[in-house]
Amino acid sequence: MDLVVRFVVGGAIVSIFALIADVLRPKGFAGLFGAAPSVALATLSFTILSQGKLYAAIEARSMIAGAAAFLLYAVSCVYFIGMKHAKAAPATLALLAVWAVGAFGFWAAWLR
Amino acid sequence: MKILADFSSLRNIKWYEHLTRFLLGGLVSVLAGLIAKGFGPELGGLFLAFPAIFPAGATLLDKHEREKKQKAGIPATIRGRLAVGLDARGAALGSAALGAFAFIVWKALPDYNAAAVLGAAFAVWIALAVGIWRARKLHVYFSRRKHLP
Repeated sequence: MDLVVRFVVGGAIVSIFALIADVLRPKGFAGLFGAAPSVALATLSFTILSQGKLYAAIEARSMIAGAAAFLLYAVSCVYFIGMKHAKAAPATLALLAVWAVGAFGFWAAWLR
Repeated sequence: MKILADFSSLRNIKWYEHLTRFLLGGLVSVLAGLIAKGFGPELGGLFLAFPAIFPAGATLLDKHEREKKQKAGIPATIRGRLAVGLDARGAALGSAALGAFAFIVWKALPDYNAAAVLGAAFAVWIALAVGIWRARKLHVYFSRRKHLP
């Protein structure tokens, strides 16, 4: 039951941020909402309720590494799609590997 | 540059595109919870900053920009990819603010009210993201002016 509620709330919050990004102009400004803390707001609220504040704070600490990796990912997308004109769908998916390597790399180097 | 809300753009988004984003958002939220449960909060926390909907959003943006150009009689265009590049530039600025959001939650959550901490961290995310975007725009404006004759 907990997973179902988490799924619905997570999906709803992410969709709301996506809708905000859809209506905002200019595009560069709307892009800010692509990195909104949508998953974090949904997940942390549940974690605080089920595991407590200390547990959620540890997650937030690791999230800093995830955010740094997101920055790497977004810069890679700017380079490969915006400047080298790679196809958006395969490039954004393939570059998720940059996020994964960055996130685990930052975590292993500074947070472990 | 003015920030505007153009609600007419919502008409171009199909129902299954909304559904895709909802499913992706829900899936990543569940995965983050499961990874934290299985491997601990240190690893699970990484996924709180996973680019959950960026690939889907970028693909839609590329498709919509291409369709707009095709309707105007231009069959081949890189306009969609340039728009995705701009979107990603915004996401890069937003991700810097995302780090600040996480830092505030990490430091303040153990000592203060949870709702207040999440609210304050979100307010800081908005203020910082918009501030960095404005600062970048001003920087571009002044560097262009400097090179004018």
